[in-house]
Amino acid sequence: MGFLLLSGCGENRKLGPNELKAQEALRKEIETIRQAAAMETDVAADTTAAQNPSDTPGEPEVMQGEEMAVLTDAPHVPPPITRKHPTKVTIHLEVTEVVKRLSDGVDYTFWTFGGSVPGKFMRIREGDYVEFHLANHPDSKMPHNIDLHAVTGPGGGAAASFTTPGHESVFSFTALNPGLYVYHCATAPVGMHIANGMYGLILVEPKEGLPPVDREYYVMQSEFYTKGAYGEGGLQPFDMEKALREDADYVVFNGSVGAMAGDNAPTARVGETVRLFIGNGGPNLVSSFHVIGEIFDKVYVEGGSYVNENVQSTMVPAGGSAIVEFKLDAPGTYILVDHSIFRAFNKGAIAMIKAEGDEAQLVYSGKTDDRIYQPEGGAIQTIPQEAKPQPLAQNKQERIEHGQIVYAQVCTACHQAQGQGIPKAFPPLAQSDYLNADVDRSISAVMHGLAGKVTVNGEVYESIMPQLGLDDESIANVLTYVYNKWGNNGTEVTPEMVAAVREAGAPASPLIVH
Amino acid sequence: MAKIPSGSYTPLYVEDASKRSVAAFLIDIRPVTNSEFLLFVRENPKWRRSQVKRLFADGAYLKHWGADLDLGPDADRIADSPVTNVSWFAARAYLKSKGKRLPTEDEWEYVACADEIRPDATEDPAFTKRLLEWYSKPNSRLLPSVEDATPNVYGVCALHGYTWEWVRDFNNAMVTGESRADSGVERGLYCAGGALGTADPHNYAAFMRYAFRSSLKGNYAVANLGFRGARSLPPHKESP
Repeated sequence: MGFLLLSGCGENRKLGPNELKAQEALRKEIETIRQAAAMETDVAADTTAAQNPSDTPGEPEVMQGEEMAVLTDAPHVPPPITRKHPTKVTIHLEVTEVVKRLSDGVDYTFWTFGGSVPGKFMRIREGDYVEFHLANHPDSKMPHNIDLHAVTGPGGGAAASFTTPGHESVFSFTALNPGLYVYHCATAPVGMHIANGMYGLILVEPKEGLPPVDREYYVMQSEFYTKGAYGEGGLQPFDMEKALREDADYVVFNGSVGAMAGDNAPTARVGETVRLFIGNGGPNLVSSFHVIGEIFDKVYVEGGSYVNENVQSTMVPAGGSAIVEFKLDAPGTYILVDHSIFRAFNKGAIAMIKAEGDEAQLVYSGKTDDRIYQPEGGAIQTIPQEAKPQPLAQNKQERIEHGQIVYAQVCTACHQAQGQGIPKAFPPLAQSDYLNADVDRSISAVMHGLAGKVTVNGEVYESIMPQLGLDDESIANVLTYVYNKWGNNGTEVTPEMVAAVREAGAPASPLIVH
Repeated sequence: MAKIPSGSYTPLYVEDASKRSVAAFLIDIRPVTNSEFLLFVRENPKWRRSQVKRLFADGAYLKHWGADLDLGPDADRIADSPVTNVSWFAARAYLKSKGKRLPTEDEWEYVACADEIRPDATEDPAFTKRLLEWYSKPNSRLLPSVEDATPNVYGVCALHGYTWEWVRDFNNAMVTGESRADSGVERGLYCAGGALGTADPHNYAAFMRYAFRSSLKGNYAVANLGFRGARSLPPHKESP
């Protein structure tokens, strides 16, 4: 399907011989459907699904009735289609240009299909005849259009839907192929329209429908290129140079960092089967889509009809899709990532699904024990570090210096280089009220790990900090480093303080990760 | 009006990346404002909101005004702002009454290459970036007054950062090309392969202006689209 640029010209131009053939074929097909529909109306109005000729193999289906499409915002998906026949579906979609949150403290001017990014999810059935209305809000600065990958025909609707601010375009198509399709704006410069948020998904359900599942969600990955680096606050403009270099500042699910994490994470029950409709708006990056702690029972590869089974990570091309299904066997938080992994931990590509229910020890036990590992056997007590002992910090300054190294090795991946954390996933250590309130609690968290809800600077976090296996000296150093950086209260933590906490033992569950 | 000396510029869509020459011309230093357009419709009733023919101006014509001869509740604040929601036909009629015409696309693009200090700033990434930032933002509810605009090197203000502007041949790109297969212009308008046909595929700012213009029809009135006048200079007489 094409990227038509200044597509208003589509109305008048001559078509090439192949295009003419394709158009003629499509026209005939649509004509057949229409004639059939007209005959059907003449016969009777009480046609039931059972009498539908589609039940007879080889016979064309008959179009009946008409309806308005139900459109939803991510992560929600319209209900499954129960019709056994094609119909005329009317879709109204409005383009607006809006300023919204991209990350905490970071705003962006999004160009949207329906007011948010990604655009509205549309669900139709194979064979449906769609009358598509694309309105461009009068306050938009740009003309826009829509290229639906579900459309067969040059430009995918782009030429027919090219719309000035304050106008509305109408065009029609028949959904010939089932599958999950991306749609996007294809107005010049296409890259910028997509980079600003103009994409979404349209599902064309196969005639026989998709097998029933318990939950369906809509997840769309995309990246943003901003003038400021990741996390730099304020209203960030689009950076064309970075987009050309494909050097993304943000890689996100559903339009902003944390859009589908923390309190915004969808939920499911243990034992339920979840189906994710995954799209990738790009504009540039291909996704290595993965759910941490799950194996996809089924993947409709690239959103088409071929089903693969038992998949760990599935590729979702820019301008492409995938449908994945998995049964939740154990409770907990399942983290959706782009397993091109720096995008997840440093650029925002994290989403979550929370599974509620009883522990299923046979499926996943959790940590059952924590003991010293001695590869040489219990009798030999030397370990490599003892051969080259780390000098102990003699004063607060040395403690900070040693601590910085520990921080870089152990803490940066989650809490980030400047202690800013990752919104909705990992709490900040910079200017952290949680940290500054209770030094023993901080020591315990580093020593024993932390799980369950914590509130940091007014935000609730519910993820897991593992036990890190650091010795008292390292814990003292790294905490002293953190306490003396990024606007924290300057506490010096000594190995003696750490030893006292170790003496006191681990706090009671649920703070501990077993 | 400011006198623009003859010269040449490289348009976005060209077959051989050659420059296009532009003869010297005069152009208004500011876009036409709401108060100026109000005087025009006062004298020309057929261009009032309630009387204009739909063929010449669609339903959005002057919709931001209170009534036919009333700028509405924000009158004081928009009097000196560029008039918008005017059709190509209305802009043309206004300028005809002043003995002017719309600038051609070449003239407009040529004078819009300039920034405050140079006649051609298009090679400067900072200039393009500034334009892109404006193009990326939705319209502000009230357009600012053109009185405060900074003139470019020719003394012409508000070409960028206020409104889009009508040009005489705004639909040039639409009507010239017949087929993607055999016309240079059409091929230029077709992205995936056709971006190769542009003089500078990095020039997103120009892409946007061409895209915007080609989405228009002559009777469209759009919330961020205004206009300014131009005038040809008499042909240069050779000295005997």
